[in-house]
Amino acid sequence: MGVAASIAVEERSVQERMARPSRFGDKAFEWLTLAMALAVVVLIILIGWQLWIGSSVAIKKFGFHFLTTSTWDPVAEQFGALPFIYGTLVSSLIALVIAVPLGIATAAYLTELAPLWIRQPLASLIEMLAAIPSVILGLWGIFVMIPWLRDYPFPWLKRSFGWTPFFSGPIYGPCMFAGGIIIAVMILPIITSVSREILRGVPDLQREAAYGLGATRWEATRIAVLSYAKKGLFGAVILGLGRALGETMAVTMVIGNTPQIAASLFKPGYTLASVLANEFTEATTDMYLQALFEVGLVLFGITILVNLLAQLLLRTIAAKSATRAVQ
Amino acid sequence: MRFERAHNHTWRKIKSALAVGIAFGSALLVITPLGLVFFYLLINGAGSVNWDFFTKLPAPVGALGGGMANAIVGTLELLALAGVIGIPVGVLGGVYLAEYGSARLNSVLRFLADVLNGIPSITWGVVVYGLIVLRFKGFSAYAGGLALALIMIPLILRTTEEVILLVPNGYREAALALGVSRWKTIVHIVMKTASKGIITGILLALARVGGETAPLLFTAFGNRFWNHSLSQPIAALPLQVFTYAISPYDDWHRQAWAGALVLVTGVFCVNILVRILTRGRGASVV
Repeated sequence: MGVAASIAVEERSVQERMARPSRFGDKAFEWLTLAMALAVVVLIILIGWQLWIGSSVAIKKFGFHFLTTSTWDPVAEQFGALPFIYGTLVSSLIALVIAVPLGIATAAYLTELAPLWIRQPLASLIEMLAAIPSVILGLWGIFVMIPWLRDYPFPWLKRSFGWTPFFSGPIYGPCMFAGGIIIAVMILPIITSVSREILRGVPDLQREAAYGLGATRWEATRIAVLSYAKKGLFGAVILGLGRALGETMAVTMVIGNTPQIAASLFKPGYTLASVLANEFTEATTDMYLQALFEVGLVLFGITILVNLLAQLLLRTIAAKSATRAVQ
Repeated sequence: MRFERAHNHTWRKIKSALAVGIAFGSALLVITPLGLVFFYLLINGAGSVNWDFFTKLPAPVGALGGGMANAIVGTLELLALAGVIGIPVGVLGGVYLAEYGSARLNSVLRFLADVLNGIPSITWGVVVYGLIVLRFKGFSAYAGGLALALIMIPLILRTTEEVILLVPNGYREAALALGVSRWKTIVHIVMKTASKGIITGILLALARVGGETAPLLFTAFGNRFWNHSLSQPIAALPLQVFTYAISPYDDWHRQAWAGALVLVTGVFCVNILVRILTRGRGASVV
């Protein structure tokens, strides 16, 4: 057994050979830590299981109609989540449209373009932005951002683009567009910091080659760095999308919370996460609660798929740069 | 504008400067909300952060004044509950990933932990509602603490793993060569060496869940009075800020700003403490 063990543990040889595996304390500690590490598996299963059994009656009753109908009437016990799915997707899309160019440009500035002394303080400030709790951003959104948007940018957008369906109709204040903007603020730090890590991982040879050919700073960034990191940056964007879809408090406070599907971004909307935040404690009937659990299940389903995709993308990048480093 | 071949270089330089300018503008725009939020928190909140705020219960609806003493204590109680469950599980799980396990199992666990970190925090509220609140027929501090703990676990697990991996192998080898058992080596040598990093990870996780509102909405639920039993609903600072912010009363809005200012100050203090702790991190860990 001793021989077999020493062959099996070749890679971590020194530590493992020295420790006598027969000791009770060692085994117990290893099993204890393993049990704790397996918590992540248990937790994922637990979420899926709880959401599933919590909504099983609703799933049976409404079937696919739950995802494709728009009536949300707790009194008549008619539940269709389409307006929430629509609101979640549209507000996240608005957030991405704002946050992706800004986030990637900031990441490029931090790693490639900025003077060295500015980089660390700026990165720290962005981490601070990430530390602001969602509810506080929502508070600021209600009392500062929305009045400002209502008075200045929204009327201007209406004057200039009111002929499109997206910026037509009356301006209330709380609306889909405001929700998208607040989500953009929430996801900017993660998009920026993950993009920054990705750009840092681009080998210096890339830059040296570009500069060697006489590229300007911007040309080197565009040709040698950004295009090299395309896939990783895509991973960062998808990760940001995952966060955007699940953003709750700040959005709930500014999006208007009205279940409707409207082309105009000035109209209030509703997201999957906000309906949970607003209505969960009001659910008076079993079927209402079941429907809300199903909303939770839909949200969980969407975010877990998006996060799986993001992590897979980011992992293939990490693996690639690791093998490159070994070579 | 048309440029001759000879001017091509100047044009490229201008373009480059322009791109740098746009990137700089983007960076400024990204941190603008930080400055604005801080500015308005100070303007609207600072005047209301006074002795009453820290010592009094919320005033009855319609009455002026009152404070958030119960919410501040409530948040601390919830964090303590969350820590009791979340810290041991997260730290020991991180130890497993760094010290034991096959490469394949560990990469799967790491992957799942990262995926878990992306799950919306409100989902945890729904899950704990089903697990605890429905089963025990009532909102409780236990339920709120558990929801926060479950959010903390994958966060702490990943940071612990990362700092433990930074401890040089020589430390382990030296201890093992002296005949110290493996688990004692890990606890007394490896974890002790990495303790600063582990504590940093724990503090950041606490700061993160301390500001969470969504998972508490239907677990801890909130309470306008002192909580006398952990199996009863309990107030929390972020919850109170939310309730007051969406209320129609001006005096509550004023207090929401004050609560937000106190909450953000707490969160930022932890973040700055962490920054001081990890200054010259490489050196401190080794």
